[in-house]
Amino acid sequence: MKTHSILRVVSKLLIPYILLFALYVQFHGDYGPGGGFQAGVIFAAGVILYALVFGLGAARRVARPVVVERLTAIGVLIYAGTGLIAMLSGGNFLDYGALDHHHPQHGQHLGIFVVELGVGITVAAVMVSLFFAFAGRERVR
Amino acid sequence: MTQGVVTHGIDILLLTLLAGTAITIVRMRSLWAAVMLTGIYSFLGAGWMSILDAPDVAFTEASVGAGISTALMLATLALTSTEMKRPAGSPVIPLLIVSITGAALIYGTLDMPYYGDPKGPIHQHVAPEYLQDSVPTVHGDELSIGIPNVVTSVLASYRGYDTLGETVVIFTAGIGVFLLLRGPQSQKTEEDAG
Repeated sequence: MKTHSILRVVSKLLIPYILLFALYVQFHGDYGPGGGFQAGVIFAAGVILYALVFGLGAARRVARPVVVERLTAIGVLIYAGTGLIAMLSGGNFLDYGALDHHHPQHGQHLGIFVVELGVGITVAAVMVSLFFAFAGRERVR
Repeated sequence: MTQGVVTHGIDILLLTLLAGTAITIVRMRSLWAAVMLTGIYSFLGAGWMSILDAPDVAFTEASVGAGISTALMLATLALTSTEMKRPAGSPVIPLLIVSITGAALIYGTLDMPYYGDPKGPIHQHVAPEYLQDSVPTVHGDELSIGIPNVVTSVLASYRGYDTLGETVVIFTAGIGVFLLLRGPQSQKTEEDAG
């Protein structure tokens, strides 16, 4: 895509806003539609657009496969870890109310925030590495 | 009255387009065009979901169905053939099976409560409690969550176990694809390291 200057310029303009919108969806899920899952997919879409326009090599330098693959597991660990911390604080597994004994609602807010972050990280990392895995292969025939 | 006509008009238009897209995909031989049409189908589905007042589902359908799946399908097509092979054998038996299954599904919907019926079982069970407890309160008692978007509080807190399971499913799917598609490459890096 070295010659498609319009595509390159337009995507250069769009990608930051796609990533920013993903973060908005991620952290605004308590109040509006969206949440970790949608945010992760939108974030991955930004990276995939970058890979499509600027090449797989450039995208792999930005989102290093080693880091992305680790992140798939880290998201799940953040989620399950929140549940364990709730247990250690005296509640049930994934009972976020136990995270703040003085004000259980704050605990719920904190728990949902962290858990959604875990979902977002896993979804974005899996989607990006799926694309890398497909796009990095040679044509079969 | 006019508002009703407009909403029904939009409903009928969207459903007609959905059916039309589906039939076109079935009749299509070029897989590139079929993939693009599945993206359009998902986008129409997202529009349909937002008419049904489910913005979270519409959002997911638009970003996953129309966005990522289309990109992944195109990436797959780049590796395989872009023309569909003509299926061998007569289409009568598959058509028969599909018709019977479709008829059974439609028969199953006859017993379902009407859309938005407040007496429907789904609105009687735990939903009223969830709606009440998700409202922000000053005191913050033990059970309430206090998040305006009820979908988020159901997804992340009331049904936190399910969402943890879903996240693990996505993780597992990713691991499966790594193992299938990255096999030779990882061996090469091992050889490099050794």
